[in-house]
Amino acid sequence: MIELTIDGAKVRAEEGMTVLEAARTQGIVIPTLCHFDGLSPYGVCRVCVVEVVKGKRSSLEASCTLPASEGLVIRTGSPRVQRARKVVMELLLSTSPKSKLLQDMAANMGVTKVRFQQKDRDCILCGLCVRYCEQQMQSGGLGFVGRGVSRRVGTAFDEMPEECRNCGGCEWVCPVCEQACRADDLIDGLCGGCLNAVPVESCPICTECSQSVGAEGHRTFR
Amino acid sequence: MATTGHAAHRIIEKHAGARDALIPILQDIQAEEGYLSQEALEAVSEGMSIPLIQVYGVATFFRAFSLEPRGRRVVCACTGTACHVRGASAVLDELERQLGVCAGQTTGDGEYSLETVNCLGACALGPVVVVDGINHGHMTRADVQHLLGGEPESAGADR
Amino acid sequence: MSRLEGPNQIAELQREILEKRGKFGHEIAVCGGPGCRAIGCEEVFRALRDEFQRAGCGEDVHLKWTGCRGLCAGGTIVVIDPGGIFYQGVTPEDAREIVEETVLRGAVIERLLYVDPTSGEIARAQDEIPFYRGQTRLLLEQIAQLDPSNIEDYVAAGGYAALAKTLDRLQPAEVIEEIRISGLRGRGGGGFPTARKWTACREAASSDGTKYLICNADEGDPGAYMDRSILEGNPHSVIEGMLIGAYAVGANQGYVYVRHEYPLAVQSILTARDQAQARGLLGENILGTGFDFHIKVSRGGGAFVCGESTALIASLEGKIGEPRPKHVHTAVRGLFNKPTVLNNVETWANVPLIISRGGAWFAGIGTESSTGTKVFSLVGNIRNTGLVELPMGTPLRMIIESIGGGVPGGKKLKAVQSGGPSGGCLPADRIDLPVDFDRLAEAGSMMGSGGLIVMDDETCMVDFAKYFVEFLAEESCGKCVVCREGLDRMRDILTAITEGNGTPESIELLEELCEVMKDASLCALGATAPNPVLSTLRYFRDEYDAHVNGGRCPAGVCRALITFHIDAAACTGCGACARECPEGAISGEIGLAHSIDAEMCIQCGICRTTCRFDAVMTD
Repeated sequence: MIELTIDGAKVRAEEGMTVLEAARTQGIVIPTLCHFDGLSPYGVCRVCVVEVVKGKRSSLEASCTLPASEGLVIRTGSPRVQRARKVVMELLLSTSPKSKLLQDMAANMGVTKVRFQQKDRDCILCGLCVRYCEQQMQSGGLGFVGRGVSRRVGTAFDEMPEECRNCGGCEWVCPVCEQACRADDLIDGLCGGCLNAVPVESCPICTECSQSVGAEGHRTFR
Repeated sequence: MATTGHAAHRIIEKHAGARDALIPILQDIQAEEGYLSQEALEAVSEGMSIPLIQVYGVATFFRAFSLEPRGRRVVCACTGTACHVRGASAVLDELERQLGVCAGQTTGDGEYSLETVNCLGACALGPVVVVDGINHGHMTRADVQHLLGGEPESAGADR
Repeated sequence: MSRLEGPNQIAELQREILEKRGKFGHEIAVCGGPGCRAIGCEEVFRALRDEFQRAGCGEDVHLKWTGCRGLCAGGTIVVIDPGGIFYQGVTPEDAREIVEETVLRGAVIERLLYVDPTSGEIARAQDEIPFYRGQTRLLLEQIAQLDPSNIEDYVAAGGYAALAKTLDRLQPAEVIEEIRISGLRGRGGGGFPTARKWTACREAASSDGTKYLICNADEGDPGAYMDRSILEGNPHSVIEGMLIGAYAVGANQGYVYVRHEYPLAVQSILTARDQAQARGLLGENILGTGFDFHIKVSRGGGAFVCGESTALIASLEGKIGEPRPKHVHTAVRGLFNKPTVLNNVETWANVPLIISRGGAWFAGIGTESSTGTKVFSLVGNIRNTGLVELPMGTPLRMIIESIGGGVPGGKKLKAVQSGGPSGGCLPADRIDLPVDFDRLAEAGSMMGSGGLIVMDDETCMVDFAKYFVEFLAEESCGKCVVCREGLDRMRDILTAITEGNGTPESIELLEELCEVMKDASLCALGATAPNPVLSTLRYFRDEYDAHVNGGRCPAGVCRALITFHIDAAACTGCGACARECPEGAISGEIGLAHSIDAEMCIQCGICRTTCRFDAVMTD
């Protein structure tokens, strides 16, 4: 066992655990998008960044790929972390504004405006579908094509891959196409419903749209 | 195309088909055939037992590979920093305007491919445009007309 | 070509070669560096060879290739010994005169000598040229002297003596200690202490004992070509460095990862490898000592991100060149998950020098924290474009003014960019800064691999920042959100500013985005990508403000913000601009001042480059 400090609390973790896993054993919530139990960590959505404190200096690291090690000091909700997450959410939302999950997360993080130009690509390239297809279905017909801003998820030559068994797992695991936000008009890039000050039960957008809203309220992400 | 499959198989054999040889194999095929055809990539996937999407992913990731045949003449503008501060973007603009294609494309008649390169190390000559392997240095926007207008041999090489 | 069977045979071979060489009367060396190749030095070489044959010159005349001489602005360069007569700007037409006048009659052709543009002084030999006088040329002088395709040239100059010394007398730990004393830091960009990397790899466990060495020759910085010159000009120094490193860390397999746009460098390293193998300097049982080391040469697929070690390794493994988080260093788990040392070309080339002359000698050059020399490629709006080598800590002013000869065309120096796309810009008033790893970083830039791009006052700094952001947006692997989407949005914002659509808020957003990218990117490409924007914001904020608030581009570059007009007083009415204008927007009678129709003008600027009287102005 190793011991590390997360948000001031001493946390014992098993050798080989990531910081994200160690935090979860203590009920400390770190938001994630590209992480999925049973799939290898990928560290690309940057939503799960935490601050690693080394004496007077500190840096941000993705907690899903950061190995928990002896004596590590972690802050999961410092101002620096919050600022990074908010900008990351804005970038994600401007890429896939119709995602219910992203809209919910942004609302919970206190994002009040998406300041970037909207480019609806309906995909945040989190790679869950690629990893699901490869690692859970042992199929591997999906992959990344191109690079840089032109990168996309696709199949070879855009043809139906021989390997595909039509399991639908890629859609099921996708955080963007899982459920579309039903808000018709976005205000400053946000659906607005989740920002509504009125109780969720009476919010016209929220009651229309989501299973995540109801008796338990919004899904909670920090 | 049986011949393409053949070339790919021969090249894979030469490299003993190890996974780390994927990029060299694709480079050799491209050198031989000028581009990577769907048949060639399928032959590589099959010959090396690597899922096609992974071969395709590598082929679309690296600049060295082209999935389409190139034009009969290749015009390549250096857009390195040294060339840029000496006005390479204006030269590239003009090449695009006169050829009617964007960088990375081939003209409809298959005559010209317009490409860019990040740096050729010929910074003293910048801006540099390479036409069919011949360097043209100190290019300006006004020179483009003469470069493309003239016949290959009269286009003032090695200035 | 016999195999050498023991370390002491290197010195014997060197003696033999030198005795044989004493017989040459004349040596004529043609520069085959990247700059001279581009300008046509191969024709010069052929013409000289033909002239020698025609003139019936015999065995005592030795015509040879060398690597890059550095002064690329003066290509093609030909140097004639004895006397070290330095001819520049040589064309094939000059060949006959060179043979008849200089080689046969011993007369110097003044027309081909270097003339200092400021003092008017004529230089006969290399040492008399100010460009060379200020340099400390350790690596570059070897390149300028050696025929890279001939291993005997390298051995004659003392090559492979460091390897012999290592295998004969040094323990691996002693080699690493010497490197530690030298203070050598990685020349590829990060400046990580080489000895620490080697120690970590030496100590790392490997289940089957396999360890790897990689030479990173995927020089991706646009405007930088020192690694290309070293690999093309002195490949054996890189091989020797790798051999010493392999012995020190216990590796038996090495890779040289060369950029595919450098076919000559690939050829050069392959030739050198085969020669070294034939001499028993590479392969099995090297110099009869039982030490084995093999080198594979791999052509890069063409991706700037492969400068990132983990991306380079992925690419060597045949995968997409994506970086991974580096919580476990590549020295411990690298290529095929084995301990791997990755150093850049220039770092490897320095190793034999350090072993031969001692770590303390190397540490005596440069500054305390940045030792040795550094090769820079000095390019852009500078008179003496070329490769220069200087002790670390040399002030920028000396590099630009004394060595580079200043900004040409009567224009003023505006800024210097260092460190490639991940580096930053320094304004003209900071050029007294000593150039070393730490001082550059403090000033908001970085050493990078050693590209120095000089800019004159006709460069728009917003446009320049946009250039790098566009470059990086294409070259980012696209794996992590912050880098991929961040660069894309940064490009949007900068484009808006250069097109006159920026607002004060867009600058604020740009700054915040930069800070988050620095913080939250997966790899160093993303984390350093904001540097060009942050450094131009820091030093040239007024220029951003002029675009945003005043709707002006002070440098006259951003097309949406400028209008062209002709200064009637300066215009001679020659009509050259009107003939070249693609839109027919310029009119006027011959002999009288012309004018531009603003409605028709597309701001292409052809008129400005065409005009010989500086009569075309921008607002």
